[in-house]
Amino acid sequence: MIKIDKLTKNYATLEALKAVSLHIPKGELFAYLGPNGAGKTTTIRMLTGLTRPTSGTAFLNSYDIRKDVLSAKQQYGLVPQAVNLDQELTVSENLKIHGRLYRMTRKNIQNRMSDILSYVELSDYTDALVRTLSGGMKRRLMIARALMHEPAILFLDEPTVGLDANIRRKVWALIKKIQQSGTTIFLTTHYIEEAEFLAHRVAFLAKGSIVTMDTPRNLIDRQGKWAIDRISGDTLDTLYFASRKEAENFNANGDVQYTLRRVNLEDAFIAMTGKKTEPAAEFTSAPPSHHGSHKGHSAHGSHGGHGSQSVHGRHKTH
Amino acid sequence: MLHGMTAIYTREILLLRRRLPKQIPSWSVSPLLYLIAFGYAMGREVMVDGQPYMTFLIPGLVAMSSMTQAFAIASEINVARFYWHIFEEFQAAPISNLSYVLGEVMAGVTRAILSVLVILLLGALFGVTLSLNPYFWLAVILNAFVFASLAVALAMLVKSHADQSMLTSFIITPMAFLGGTFFPIAKLPIWAQKILYFLPLTHAATAIRSAALNLRVEWMSYGILLIIGMVFFYIAVFCVEKAKD
Repeated sequence: MIKIDKLTKNYATLEALKAVSLHIPKGELFAYLGPNGAGKTTTIRMLTGLTRPTSGTAFLNSYDIRKDVLSAKQQYGLVPQAVNLDQELTVSENLKIHGRLYRMTRKNIQNRMSDILSYVELSDYTDALVRTLSGGMKRRLMIARALMHEPAILFLDEPTVGLDANIRRKVWALIKKIQQSGTTIFLTTHYIEEAEFLAHRVAFLAKGSIVTMDTPRNLIDRQGKWAIDRISGDTLDTLYFASRKEAENFNANGDVQYTLRRVNLEDAFIAMTGKKTEPAAEFTSAPPSHHGSHKGHSAHGSHGGHGSQSVHGRHKTH
Repeated sequence: MLHGMTAIYTREILLLRRRLPKQIPSWSVSPLLYLIAFGYAMGREVMVDGQPYMTFLIPGLVAMSSMTQAFAIASEINVARFYWHIFEEFQAAPISNLSYVLGEVMAGVTRAILSVLVILLLGALFGVTLSLNPYFWLAVILNAFVFASLAVALAMLVKSHADQSMLTSFIITPMAFLGGTFFPIAKLPIWAQKILYFLPLTHAATAIRSAALNLRVEWMSYGILLIIGMVFFYIAVFCVEKAKD
C-alpha cells in the first residue's frame, strides 16, 4: 500500500511537485504518466529517500517515509531510470551486495538469487560481468535486484526507456508477472502504450500536479470511441466521435488527408494535459509494434496506432 | 548498522580485488621514482636527522602513499555516483549514513594498508627495513582514517569529476610535498613550520617515522590525527545526508 499525502518539492525557482496526494492499494499496478519535467521522477525520488520532500509525506505499508525512514526503505525495491548496476562486478555479486544492504542472510541470498535469476531468465549469466550483458538483460537484472529482498512495493522509473520494441514487451510481461504475484507497483513512464497495457489505474501528471486519475478504459471512454487525425499543412489535429459510423460520416472539409482510428490513452492524455500542440519531442509514443501503423504522423502531436485505419482520399475540398 | 557497512565494504573490496593486478604496479610507480631520484641517486650520501636519507624517505613515502590511497576512495565514490549511479542504490537502501561512511572509510583504510605493503617491499629491495611495530600500523591506520573520511566528505560535496581532481590538486598534492615526506619540517623557517603543523600529513609522517625508526612515540601526533579524523568523519556523515538534493 502506498499513501501519498500532499507531497511537495520546491527547488529554488521551480515547484517540481505541488501537494500531490494518492492512495494505491496493495497489489495495484499504478502508472504515473507525464511529459518530461512533469514531476514523475521527483515523486519516485522522494518516495524512495533519494530526495528530501519540501513538505508533505507518504506512507509505504504504513511506514512514514520521513519518520520511519529505514523501515519504509525495507518495504520497496527500486528500478531507477538510469542503469545503476556495478558494471565491473558479476550478476551474482550485484545481487549479493543488494541482499546484504537489505539485511538478508547468506543462505537467504543464495536461495533467493537462484530463484530470482530464473524468474527473469538470467540463470545462465550468474557469473557474467554486468558490462557484457545487453541493454534488455541489464534491465531485467535491475528488476531482479529490486525484487531480491521480496519487497511488497516495486518502484519502476521508466523501466523500458531506450529498449527496442521486442525487449520492451518482454519487460512488460515480466512486470505483469510481478504484479500478479501480489506486489504493488508504482510505474512512471512516458510511453503511453506501456501504461495502457500494464496499469490498473493511470494518473496524468503535468507541471507537478495530477491532472486526472482513473482506469485506462475510463480515461479513453471520456474522449469517445473513434478518432480522426487530420493533417492540414504541417498541423495534425484530432476529432473524436462516439461511434465509428459518426466518424465515417464526418465531412472533412478542406483536409488533404485524414486517418480513422480507435481512441487510445494518448488521446486522453493530450486532451487532459493540453499537450495537443506541443512538439512531438515533448512527449514520446512507443513504436506501435503490434497494432499496425497509421499514416499521418507530423511534427505536431504523435499518436499511437490502436486500430488505426487510413482513409486517404475520402476528403472533400471547398 | 553492520549489514550496511559490510555491504559497502564488500563492494569496494570486490572491485579492488578485480583491479589488483593493475593497481599494484600503479601503486609502485611513484614511490619507485621517488626512491630512485631522491633516495638512491641524489641522496645516497646524504644524512638527515642522523639517518641515511633513504631511511628518512621511506617512512615519508609510507605516510604519503597511505594518504593518497585512502583519499583515492573519493574517486571510487565519484565514479559510483556520477558515472554508474550506484550511489542511488545505497541511498535507497535501508542503511544509515553512518554505516555507509564506515564502509567507505574502511575500504579507504584497506587500500592504504595495501599500498603501504608495496612501499615496504620496495624499501626492502633498496635495502631499508623498518620496524613494523604496532605504533607504526596505528599511525598508518589513523592517517588513512583521516584522509578516507575527508575523501568521503568531499566526494559528497563535489558536483562533478572535474571538481574532484581540482580538490586533489589543491589539497593532496601540496600536502604530499610539504607534510614532512621528503624533508624534515624543522629545516624550514619557524613561520612555515607553524603553518605546516596544521597539516595532518605532518603529524602522520612524524608518527610513522618515529615508530618505524624506533624513536620516541609521538603521542601528540597520534592524538591530533585521531581528533582530525573524527571531525572529518562526522562531516562525512553529515555530507552524505546533504547529498540528497
